[in-house]
Amino acid sequence: MTSTKVSIAGVELKNPVMTASGTFGSGEEFSEYYSLDSLGAVVTKGVASEPWPGNPVPRIAETYGGMLNAIGLQNPGIDVFLQRDLPLLRKSDTKIVVNVCGRTEEDYVKVVERLSGEPVDLLEINVSCPNVKEGGIAFGQNPGALQHITEEVKKHAAQPVIMKLSPNVTDIAEMARAAEAGGADAVSLINTLTGMKIDIYRRTFTLANRTGGLSGPAIRPVAVRMVYQAAHAVKLPVIGMGGITCAEDAIEFMMAGATAVAVGTANFMNPFAASDIARGITRFMVEQGIEDIRDIIGAAC
Amino acid sequence: MKYLENCRIVSQEEISPGIFDMNLQTADIAGICRPGQFVMVYPQDGKRILPRPISICGADPESRTLRLVYRVTGPNTGTGEFSGYVSGDMIRISGPMGNGFDMDISGDETVLIAGGGIGIPPMLFTARNLNCKKVIVLGYRSDTFLAGEFGQNGDVFIATEDGSCGTPGNVLDAIRENGLKADRVYACGPKPMLRALASWAEANGIPCYISLEERMACGIGACLSCVCGSRETDAHTNVRNKRVCKDGPVFLSTEVEL
Repeated sequence: MTSTKVSIAGVELKNPVMTASGTFGSGEEFSEYYSLDSLGAVVTKGVASEPWPGNPVPRIAETYGGMLNAIGLQNPGIDVFLQRDLPLLRKSDTKIVVNVCGRTEEDYVKVVERLSGEPVDLLEINVSCPNVKEGGIAFGQNPGALQHITEEVKKHAAQPVIMKLSPNVTDIAEMARAAEAGGADAVSLINTLTGMKIDIYRRTFTLANRTGGLSGPAIRPVAVRMVYQAAHAVKLPVIGMGGITCAEDAIEFMMAGATAVAVGTANFMNPFAASDIARGITRFMVEQGIEDIRDIIGAAC
Repeated sequence: MKYLENCRIVSQEEISPGIFDMNLQTADIAGICRPGQFVMVYPQDGKRILPRPISICGADPESRTLRLVYRVTGPNTGTGEFSGYVSGDMIRISGPMGNGFDMDISGDETVLIAGGGIGIPPMLFTARNLNCKKVIVLGYRSDTFLAGEFGQNGDVFIATEDGSCGTPGNVLDAIRENGLKADRVYACGPKPMLRALASWAEANGIPCYISLEERMACGIGACLSCVCGSRETDAHTNVRNKRVCKDGPVFLSTEVEL
């Protein structure tokens, strides 16, 4: 019997495949293609205490084997999320991870407190969005600031807390340790890499925001390396992501040390990607004679 | 319900410089799509990861063939890749996407169908499926691709920027020169054309429905890449913008910022 179950901070996932925040809404749209029951967890798009309008368009640009985005964390705010999106997502048999964004410490705390009595399994704190001027990344590039925000969130959180780390730092191991010192229950990485594209015909920036976050298959080797470093720096479970497009990519992250993985940009390349990857992992296990998925976590040494 | 299909290309030809006419054999999509909707077409070259939104020019619910007429946007583009495919090749598409035009119009009403440039193909599908009086206005730079196919669907007026056919100028010039009137407007084309049509319709007190385009990633309303400004707070986004792919691409001109 093949077991694909993994556990993140005491929350058992039926398989290690999650969706990466911002690429999957709150799941409703993708459920027009397939049942979300096939996923280990759905990670929602970032939710703030108030509605956020996001950045001007163009918000995305394709690059070689990847894409830049600067959506700017547009979201309808926690009230609409709780009234409309969460009840819809609850209909699926999958774990729910709510991604929380904010501009100030108080913003994060407000959302976390609102979620405390709600049927949510895990919180993912976005301290790594490169596309908003305040908050986000300001907390995610300095170990002291990261440890502090983690401590504050943990004081008010009812659910286990995943800190989502930015790759736009000098030493990812130091950041992972800061999250651990702050009391995080898990870390997820990588968020997008800051990039830029120039429209050579218009002699200006392709994105209205000038810079954006690079994602997609082009960033995968960077992500695998950082997941490996983070997994070896802390005892916390690591959720690995960055350019995963197939089951083999997901397994690569797990062998680098990830307990679970998240599929992001690949959802745009194939709307069934996350579901296909979950199935592909089982196929790989059967072919390779692996009975328990946990046996491959950190297998690369 | 949305479908992802691997389709066989039935035919493809270049009907005007840089404009390609592709017919695909679908399993389900051509049987359920409506005028004004679009499909996402997936490049196969791994360096291009995002599907391209392409409007539907025609669909035969019987044979389930789907017709896409698109412009190649430049060298090293996804549309450039698509244009290299020949009949027998396979291509992946997903859809149908978006809301489409309201086809439930009473026979007494006159709809002014306006298309500009590569905004013309979806208006052919629309013209063929609307059961009411129709006035058709098409704006081109020069070559009047697809114009001949509009003929059976109503009176056709053409404007060309180089004056080689019809009214010299744009769609609005053709409307004014011919003193055209209608009860509502359905349009797809470049933003300046849509802006001009919207203000013409507003001045005449008639509703104007416009099909917008924007860079997209998911095509289903999840990623929020393709928003346009809305005049009021949108019911779904809870801010003043709407998702072009899901809430549109067809909007009433007075509900969006053009």
